[in-house]
Amino acid sequence: MFTTDDYSLTGQQTQRAIDTGLTTGEWYRSPVPRKRMKELMQREDAPAIRDTIIWVAALLISGGLGVATWGTWWTWPSFFVYGVLYGSASDSRWHECGHGTAFRTQWMNAAVYQFACFMIVRNPTAWKWSHTRHHTDTIIVGRDPEIVAMRPPRLWRIAVNYFGLLDMVMSLRSMLRHATGKLDSNEASYVPETEHKKAFLVARVWVLIYALMIAACIATRSILPAMVIGLPRLYGAWHFVLTGVTQHAGLADNVLDHRLNTRSIKLNPISRFIYWNMNYHVEHHMFPMVPYYRLPELHKEIAADLPPITNGLFAAYRELLPVLFAQRRSPTTFILRTLPTPVAKELHV
Amino acid sequence: MSDDLHWHDACAVDDIETEDVIGLDIAGKPIALYRSPDDEFFATDGLCTHERVKLSDGLVMDYVIECPKHNGRFDYRTGAGKGAPICENLSTYQTRREGDRVMIALPN
Repeated sequence: MFTTDDYSLTGQQTQRAIDTGLTTGEWYRSPVPRKRMKELMQREDAPAIRDTIIWVAALLISGGLGVATWGTWWTWPSFFVYGVLYGSASDSRWHECGHGTAFRTQWMNAAVYQFACFMIVRNPTAWKWSHTRHHTDTIIVGRDPEIVAMRPPRLWRIAVNYFGLLDMVMSLRSMLRHATGKLDSNEASYVPETEHKKAFLVARVWVLIYALMIAACIATRSILPAMVIGLPRLYGAWHFVLTGVTQHAGLADNVLDHRLNTRSIKLNPISRFIYWNMNYHVEHHMFPMVPYYRLPELHKEIAADLPPITNGLFAAYRELLPVLFAQRRSPTTFILRTLPTPVAKELHV
Repeated sequence: MSDDLHWHDACAVDDIETEDVIGLDIAGKPIALYRSPDDEFFATDGLCTHERVKLSDGLVMDYVIECPKHNGRFDYRTGAGKGAPICENLSTYQTRREGDRVMIALPN
């Protein structure tokens, strides 16, 4: 049985993962002919430019309406939309542009990445390396810094994060720590020293922006400036947590097959726009160089080699919630996927 | 310098498409061989310097090879890494065409 401490990236489980070959293992990949994979990996600027224009325009319109109608009831639906675009759509933009796959032109990925990182309050350098590790060692205990539902799960922590509460406190704490020139021990284990200065510089700029926002709140005696910058990370976080929890929760850990530790789900078109198709999450982990706009095609290509796709958010939560509740008493409980082809590798469970 | 090199017959010209990469094992060494958009051939180490992933499964865009695991990028003409998560450049090797064959020079 694991304890919370086992999820540290410098503890006993870290050494166990290294010793058992989980950190250097060959992950299973569904067979796709090279010619077809090349087509699926191809990048274009047009889809991400279109989606970014829609995103930024919707942010400006909803935020503008929220400000213009401040003090009336109309402000709440406006900020509801603005919050989701700010506090949730920034998560998927951070993710895709961090991979460098959204745009073909790399400066566009870099620009949207910086913008989205600020909104989601994730240091662009520290989180770049965190997510790199997440892809190397997906849900490997003691190695993956991005495991949401640890065993036993602390459900209250997940629940309050639908409103960004704990997440935001930790993010602001990290920002202040970075601004003073320090990383925590987990971050230090995956961020190379040559990258530290970049992380600290961005954090200092962010502290300045937040200080200006707080000063504006004090000067105007209103929380309106914070409704535009900062607070949307709380009141708009629910959508990214709602979708993000389904990615791995309740599934196997310490395996080298994304079909066993990752979940793909069907999703409505609006949520897919906000989430940039990350509902095809098994496909993304198996082939992270396929851009978000080609994931539906990739899904069709390899669907026969994957467990059946989960039929929506409701079905995903109906599957994962009972297991998370059960894991509180029995942390070894998990959902073992039935695979259409024999598992290529030993499970290492 | 050429005394320290040994030229290996790597593959036929047609074994590799324009703007693509193939993986080769030459004298026990993994090599990635690229054919550029202007029909030149380049060779680098076959494994990414970040986490030793086979570059031949990656995507060639113009003169850049992208690692299939973490999307780390290199200029395959010089081996230069193009930002995180790449902290170390790739080694490159000379190539030449001999008729319909591609030759790669590796150190003895």
